[in-house]
Amino acid sequence: MIPQVVKNNKLPKLSLGPLLYYWSRDKVFEFYEQIASSSVDIVYLGETVCAKRREMKLPDWLQLATMLRNNGKQVVLSTLCLLESQSDLNGLKKICNIDGFMIEANDMAAVQILSQLQLRFVSGPFINIYNAHTLNILVRNHLLRWVMPVELPKETLQGILSEAEDLEIYNQFETEIFSYGYLPLALSARCFTARAQNLAKDNCQFICRQYPDGLAIKSQEGEGVFNINGIQTQSGAVYNLVAEVGEMTRMGVDVFRLSPQSEDMLTIIDMFDQARHGNIQTAVVSDNNCNGYWHKTKGMMNHV
Amino acid sequence: MELVCPAGNFPSLKAAVDNGADAVYLGFKNETNARNFSGLNFSNNKLERSLAYARDHNVKVFVAINTYPQPEKWSQWKLSVDMAHDYKVDAVIVADIGVMDYAATSYPDLALHLSVQASATNNEALNFYHQQFNIRRAVIPRVLSLAQVRNLIDKSPVDLEVFAFGSLCIMSEGRCHLSSYVTGESPNMCGVCSPAKAVTWHESAGRLETRLSDVLIDRYEQGENAGYPTLCKGRFDVNGKTFHILEEPTSLNTMELIPELHAIGIKALKIEGRQRSPAYVAQVVKVWREALDSFAHNPEQFLVRNEWNKVLADVSEGIQTTLGAYSRPWQ
Repeated sequence: MIPQVVKNNKLPKLSLGPLLYYWSRDKVFEFYEQIASSSVDIVYLGETVCAKRREMKLPDWLQLATMLRNNGKQVVLSTLCLLESQSDLNGLKKICNIDGFMIEANDMAAVQILSQLQLRFVSGPFINIYNAHTLNILVRNHLLRWVMPVELPKETLQGILSEAEDLEIYNQFETEIFSYGYLPLALSARCFTARAQNLAKDNCQFICRQYPDGLAIKSQEGEGVFNINGIQTQSGAVYNLVAEVGEMTRMGVDVFRLSPQSEDMLTIIDMFDQARHGNIQTAVVSDNNCNGYWHKTKGMMNHV
Repeated sequence: MELVCPAGNFPSLKAAVDNGADAVYLGFKNETNARNFSGLNFSNNKLERSLAYARDHNVKVFVAINTYPQPEKWSQWKLSVDMAHDYKVDAVIVADIGVMDYAATSYPDLALHLSVQASATNNEALNFYHQQFNIRRAVIPRVLSLAQVRNLIDKSPVDLEVFAFGSLCIMSEGRCHLSSYVTGESPNMCGVCSPAKAVTWHESAGRLETRLSDVLIDRYEQGENAGYPTLCKGRFDVNGKTFHILEEPTSLNTMELIPELHAIGIKALKIEGRQRSPAYVAQVVKVWREALDSFAHNPEQFLVRNEWNKVLADVSEGIQTTLGAYSRPWQ
């Protein structure tokens, strides 16, 4: 039986995306203890960027998962975006086989494993879903929620949702939009944070621990272009769709994803919580924000 | 190993066929392929002529329909698959799951190759595409080391094709939004990275500046070789230092790996460069043909000849070549 998703203008949920950076174990625990009493409904947990990062072991993540669930959060376990070796796959399979938590697939390997296990899953922003025909195949393979690829505009979302109605799958999945944070833009074999310090990846000394919110790449004119986070390249500006929350809600978006950052996370959560309740008085869009992708233009633009 | 060569237009296709390609790959004149550059690619009548020429010389033709359709444009991708089938091409190179489903359901006899744009780097991902759509071959992203490619082959349900020579994408292909972030045009959707219309060259105080949209990509002193501005090969400031933080302007060249690629069971070698000139295609295909023939003739004694390296170095971006991710220290 395919579960039906109820879509009757209910209050959209807030999710906290997976932590993309490398923080100390203490810092991670402290962070999620604050999150436990925040207004986010869904928390994604786990390492998605680099398999070498081992501050947090799987039992640590599961301890946090249980704690957050006991505090009323829906917990989803997130998995690696780029799987290059058998040991990466073994780690992935281990997570997919954990009972009691839904999994976020960030590579087709996870889609394959979860579909074989007949487990419902969330597809992360690096799973390329650009039309409802693709969504249809993945729904048949147990997808329950998709995070739209970050570069897609509102028109494409509208198109996909209406195509999904034509394919009679509209009520079979939820839609989540990456709504706040540095956008994950690209993945590489190369670790750019290590390269910036002239270190080889195999001897990286976990240098990314020094950059709790990534390392800025600026043009030679001082313009922020990108933000590097190990093998991941992110946007140089913080994507912020707080001003679009009302419109996204009317379009049928079910979940707004906020990406963890080391400072002021609770303020950001509160801002989106206010916005989803119709109060955008407290909404703040700063100079270092962008929203171009949603408005079908250069991602780095800030459309006002 | 099959030598798969780029054909941006009929003269390039002819150059590839005449110089020893086993297969050529090409795209239609629209957004359905990942080299949608103005002046490139094949309309119906050009395609017919090209297919005839390739077939007369026993060279296979693969058609790349390897970008991701948005809902309002779905019919264009569908029509392209129909057309490839009607022309009885040897394979279609695909990336989008919806397109694969359409092709596999409508034309079970049409061979599907998984495009590098689908970014499959492990055997579970390959199992998905193989089980769902019966893909017969996959082109592997330029992110794996040689040891990782070897492990992948052991468990892969399909033949593997790897990039042998050409421009070096350093990101996992199909999962890179750097160009759309700065220019607004997505390689995944429009088939162009760093579109020419977003590029400006400007001379200022004796220095040449290159920009993509308004973003300064690099500044060149007099006498320095200026490259086409792509974001991953730009010179930027990080921690107060100015350098090529992502990658230097360089090309991938794996010729010295021919014996190893053969030994581990690679089925096909891909030459990048549908956007390059027929002269480039002729030169590169010629030396690769010679190298593969020389290897086949005497595998134990295979050595890359200096004259081959010279030809490849001369046509390379940045006049230098690298093994890229195949070599672990590069990573």
